[in-house]
Parts: sequence; structure tokens; C-alpha cells
Amino acid sequence: MLDFLIRFIPRAVGQGIPLMYGSVGETITEKSGNLNLGTAGIMYVGGICGVIGAFLYETGNKTLNPFLGIFIPLGCCIAGSLAMGLLYCFLTVSLRANQNVCGLAMTTFGVGFGNFFGGSLIKLSGADVPSIALSKTSGLFSQKLPIADQAGWFGKIFLSYSFLAYAAVAIALIASYIIHNTRTGLSLRAVGESPATADAAGIDVIKYKYVATCIGAMISGLGGLYYVFDYASGVWSNDAFGDRGWLAIALVIFTIWQPVHSIWASIAFGGLYILHMFIPAGTNLAIKELYQMAPFLATIIMLIITSIRNRRENQPPASLGLSYFNME
Amino acid sequence: MDAKTPVLGLSHLTKRFGKVVANEDVCLDVYEGEILALLGENGSGKTTLMNMISGIYFPDEGEIYFKGEPVVIASPKDAFSLGIGMIHQHFKLVDILSATENIILGMEEKPDLNKSADRIKAICEKYGFDIDPYKKIYEMSVSEKQTVEIVKVLYRGAQLLILDEPTAVLTPQETEKLFEVLRNMKKDGKSVIIITHKLQEVLDISDRVAILRKGRYICDVETASANVQELTDAMVGHSVSLNIERPEPVNPKKRIVVENLTVFDEEGVCKLKDVSFTAKSGEIIGIAGIAGNGQKELLEAIAGLQQVDSGHIYYIGDDKSRQELIGKDPLEIMDLGVSLSFVPEDRLGMGLVANMGLADNMMLRSFRKGNSVFTDRKRPRELAASIVERLEVNTPGIATMVRKLSGGNVQKVLVGREISTAPTVLLTAYAVRGLDINSSYTIYDLINQQKKAGVAVVYVGEDLDVLLELCDRILVLCDGQVSGLLDARETDKREVGYLMTNLRGEAHAQ
Repeated sequence: MLDFLIRFIPRAVGQGIPLMYGSVGETITEKSGNLNLGTAGIMYVGGICGVIGAFLYETGNKTLNPFLGIFIPLGCCIAGSLAMGLLYCFLTVSLRANQNVCGLAMTTFGVGFGNFFGGSLIKLSGADVPSIALSKTSGLFSQKLPIADQAGWFGKIFLSYSFLAYAAVAIALIASYIIHNTRTGLSLRAVGESPATADAAGIDVIKYKYVATCIGAMISGLGGLYYVFDYASGVWSNDAFGDRGWLAIALVIFTIWQPVHSIWASIAFGGLYILHMFIPAGTNLAIKELYQMAPFLATIIMLIITSIRNRRENQPPASLGLSYFNME
Repeated sequence: MDAKTPVLGLSHLTKRFGKVVANEDVCLDVYEGEILALLGENGSGKTTLMNMISGIYFPDEGEIYFKGEPVVIASPKDAFSLGIGMIHQHFKLVDILSATENIILGMEEKPDLNKSADRIKAICEKYGFDIDPYKKIYEMSVSEKQTVEIVKVLYRGAQLLILDEPTAVLTPQETEKLFEVLRNMKKDGKSVIIITHKLQEVLDISDRVAILRKGRYICDVETASANVQELTDAMVGHSVSLNIERPEPVNPKKRIVVENLTVFDEEGVCKLKDVSFTAKSGEIIGIAGIAGNGQKELLEAIAGLQQVDSGHIYYIGDDKSRQELIGKDPLEIMDLGVSLSFVPEDRLGMGLVANMGLADNMMLRSFRKGNSVFTDRKRPRELAASIVERLEVNTPGIATMVRKLSGGNVQKVLVGREISTAPTVLLTAYAVRGLDINSSYTIYDLINQQKKAGVAVVYVGEDLDVLLELCDRILVLCDGQVSGLLDARETDKREVGYLMTNLRGEAHAQ
């Protein structure tokens, strides 16, 4: 049993971390009343921007400076996601365009953007497989805690992850604290619930929406970065990121807009995602396909459950998806 | 008066929205420790004027003085820091937050909920409020929410409070309590501006009355020397008859008989319990009750729009035939001549389609008629034109989208259409909600005409003074149950108000 857990949990966590980044980022965004369905696209953009940065740095240098090797992809990823967040805000907050349409368009755009540059880099690198491997950068990103190997099963289950994984948990905890215990969080919740009320109370609604959405976008983008450099060992291939962005959005509902719940929920979802790898060898392929459905089935069930729950605190922010007009 | 200093001075304020002039050249002083009532018809610019003081709008011309100094109020924050607080008609509260969280929202201080809650309790004690600082807004009654709004501005140290139609949503008892609080504030040296349509309240609470008409300042009067007729005339600009007619019912016959009606809503909450009454032709039966006590469900049950759990609703024809309405299609009920005009809080929610023109909205009632595959557009157009003319609807044309009309005009269109179908039963709820005196009286006249024509009218109303003057009998609902059926000619406001908050048994024991 322990043996199974030692094999299973680290993989589940690896799958869960991108979801955690995505859902925490989206939760912060939604708290401001912006329903950013572009999260899936933003995670793609975050991933590919990191890849571009790492590619340029790795091809130009024989040996990597560990600091630059991490900082360059990280910076590129954050800049790319921030640009997406700003674009979304400009469209929906400043121009008051429909949030659903903009979000969907940005997802399409983000995936296309990723595949376009991913494809170009694959051509540039002259690889004979349709992917690009940045193993040196990945080596930097996927460094485990140094004591992981000496701590036995405990080390394998809890300590064998890279800094981005721990950062995800930390971000979720910090976001939760800020939302529930600070003045900024109170104002943010008010903006998402009732922007007119917030405005009348002297809160700068536009600023809060911009800042929350951009921070949310940057956090989501890190999910893409983690996926490429840690989970996928630095290998970018087009469309490999798959539906994870949508799962992240579904997780926001599952966690009833509380980032702290995202920590366990993301990992549980990650577990469902890889469950099919752990069925005994030789099982009928059709059954394997059924297992692969697990996370999506769970999403549907959980959406039904959450729509039945009717405690007011567990509802989405009341003005989610609505544009705010300053003059009533 | 001379000994007092003006807290707030408005000098030649003008505000335009595009071509529409909302306020023109308004000059007004508010003194320390006084309650000023601001009177005016719908669209006379009262709210716009107050919004300029509280920083929501910025005046195009003119100046605002606070304690003698010229000030610029560019945002609600500026208004707060001067000590001006406004309580809006639609509460600006976040439902899922507690009273305390709402009160400290947007303030620069460090959030310490317990300390803030203590300060809130102290304020409540000082002025005679009663709220639980930890209660969530969505669990509160309307009057509690209003209290939170008032405490919110006091918490921020307001010297001048502006209340926009605070009593529209309160029971008489709650209103009395609010006025008590306002008097306490006045004693404390604070100034209050109150907007209300109810003249009796103006006379009760205010020291001075200022009147606006069509965006202009008309005059101000000491309340002690004012009377209802004078105030109305000044407000409307010409003399208005203030008596609501109440003709004796002619030959009343049973029309709608409701027996033991019980309704549960989707969440299994009991909305109506064991309600029985009879509506007679040629008579107006008023339904009194605090909003949300089953009025909506009752009317909708009669109109066939509400699922009924038990009980009966009979329609009695002229030939004494009895027809069960429960289970009938709303269309069939409509064909019997039962007409529903419900004016919800947002006015456009039911009955009219905001993005359609007047004529098209008329068609909603008539498009099924006729045998042709094409709809008849001519008659609705004529009907719209005649309603516009008869009810003096202020609209650029009959093709204008309904949402562009002001609230009063929208209501006239809705009530006008319902009446035009020549109903035998007219169900109307909040027909004068938010309307000024002039428009209200037009609507009362319309309802009375229907009564004289032998229609059984069920009138759900908010203003008890009007219910008492207009209706023949008053059915009081409390918590979905009938707490009393009164003869409107013999009862008084106190009794009705009491029944609204207390069930039958307890009430009569008093």
C-alpha cells in the first residue's frame, strides 16, 4: 500500500500543481467579478513564453547560470501571462466587452499562440520528433529538496517536489489569507459582489478589477510553466497541455471560490487524471479509456452538486460576469 | 433661523445629462440640527441634486459650500471625508458580508472586526438603533438593512445625512422608529435631508420643506406653517385635488372566491397558508402587508402563474356559475377576464418587455387574436396612442423602447394596457410604486373607473393612507396568512400596521 502511495502521490501532485495554479489564479480573478474563461489560453501562453525564454538562453550558452536559467523563463512566463491579463481587462473592464466571449476568444488565441511559436521553435531546433526538449532548464526547475532522498517514504511523498510546487501551495495560502483577513480582501470581495456598493464606499473598482485579474493571470501562467519544465521535463509538444485549463476553471467552482481548498482538490483531481496509468497491465483498453474519463466525470458530478448547494456564502460572486458601468 | 449657520450651501448648481437638464440653478442652504424635507415629483431632480452632494455626480455649474468654505466633491470618498453621508433608495450593501464588514468597507483603518463591532454597538445605543453587528445582510429584513446603511454613514462621522425615500419600504411602526432615530440625530446637532413622496411624513418629521420642480428650486417653507394642499400645489405647479374618490360599491356580486389557499415555493418555504377571501365586483379589496409576505404569490395563484399546493380559487360568472381556476392555463384565465398588472421593484421585470416599443408591448396581450398568420399591428398601435393620450404618458413616440421611459410612464403604460382589455377582475400590485403624487392620482382614478364599471379590483399597495382611502375592504397578510379582514371605512392605520406584523390571534387579544 505504502509502495503504491509512494508511486501514486508524487505523480498526482505533479498533475495537480498546474491545476492549483490555474484555479487559484482564476479564483482571485473571479473574486473581482471577472469571469476569465481565457485561463486555459493564459496557461498556454505562460508555458510557451517560458519555453521561448529558455530556448533562447539555452541555445546561446553552453553552460547555464542557475539564477538566469530560472529567472529568464520565469520572467518571460510572467510577462506573457500579464500581457494576456491586461488584454482581458482592457477588453472587458475598460471597453466593457462581453466577458464570456472575450475569455473564449483568448483561450483560442492562447492555444494558437502556443502552437504557433511551439511549432516554429521545433522547426528552428531541427528536431526529428515534433517536440522540443530543454533538459538543462528543466533540470534547474525540477530540483527536489536536498533532503528528500534521506527522509524515506515521508521524503518521497512530501519533499520530492520542486520549488514551483511549494510556491503553488504558498500562493494558495497567501491568497486565502488576503481574501479573508485583510482590508484589501474585503474590498476585493465587495467589488466582485456589488461593484456599485464598492464604488459608493470609495473603492476604486476599476483598479481592483485590473489588479486582481492581472495577478490572477500571472499565477495561472505559472501553471503552464510548471507543466513544461517540471512535469513534462522540459519537453514542449503542441497541444500536450490539453484540457487542464478548463479543469482549473471547474475547480474554482468545486472549491467554492476558496483558494485554500484548491490545495487538496487540485491534487485529488491530479490523481483522477493519472488513475488510468495505475490499472493492472493487460486490462482491456476500453476500460482504460473509461478511467481517463474520471476527471471530467468528476467535474460534471461536482458541478451538479455545487448547483444544488444553496448556502449564500458558497455562491459565486454576485456580479460575476457582469460589466460595471460607473454611472448607474 | 439667522442664529444658525448653514452646514451645507448649494449655489447655482446645474447638471445636464446630454440635452436633458436634471438640475438648473439650484440654491439651497441646510442648517445645523435641522431636518429638511425635499419634495418634488418624479423626475424633478431631487435624487440628482443629492447625488451631486454625495459625490456620485459632479455638477456642471455652480458651487457647493460646506460650513462656509467652498468645497469640491468629486467622489463619494470626498463626501465622506467632509461628513456627508447618503442613504440610497436601493441599498448599497454586500449581501454576503456581515453588518460590520459592510460598515467598514472601503475605510482606511485597519480591519479589526471586534473593535469595529463595539463602536457600532455604541452608535446604536446612542441613537436608539437595534442591530446585530455580526448578522449577514442577506439574513436581514429591509428595515434592518436600512439601519445598517444609516449606521454606516454615522460610523464615518457624518454630520449631514441624506435619506432618499427611506420610508418607501417600511411599515408604519418601522417608520415611526426611524423618525425617532432622526430626531435623536437632530438633537445631537446633525443635519438631515430627507426625500419622500408621502406628505404626511414630511409634516411629521421635517422642520423645513424645500420644493423642486422640473429641476429648479421653487421655494422653501417652514413646516409648521405648511399644509398638504399648499405643498402639493407648489410641487406640481398647479392646483391638484387631493381627495381620492371612494364611490359606494354598486350591486356587488361575488367574483373570485379563494378558499384555504396554501402555496409553497420551490425551496419548500410556506408562502401562503390557508388564505380565504372573496373579491366582489364593483369593489376594491386592498391587500396590505410588508413586502414579501405572500402578496405576489396570491396574485399569481389567481392568475394561474403559481403552483398551488392546496385550496381552491373559484371564478363566479354573472350567471352564478362556479369555475375552478386552479389547474387552468393562464391563457384560459385571462380569457375569463382576469387581468394581472404587477409592478415589481424594478418595474420592468414582469409585464413589459424593456427593449420593445409601446405598440409592441400592447401586442403582447393581443397577438394571439385573429385568424390570419400575420399579426394585427394596427390595433395595438391605436391602443398605444390612446393610452399615451389619455394617461398623459410622456414619450417621444409609440415606437420608443419602454426602457427609455421614466418609471412613472412605464407604469402608466402597463396599467393602461391591462385596463384596456376590459377585465372583469383587475389584479394590481404596487401600481403607484415610486410614482409622484400627480401620476399616482391618475392611477387611482383609473382604478376607480374600473370599479365603477363593475370590475372586481384586487389592489396590493404599500401606502396605508392610500389603502385606507381607496379600498372598500382591506385584507391584511402577515407571514403568508390572513391576519385580518377590515372594513376600510372604519379601521385606521394603527390597526392595519399592527396586523401587518402580528397574526390574528395575538392582535385581537390586545
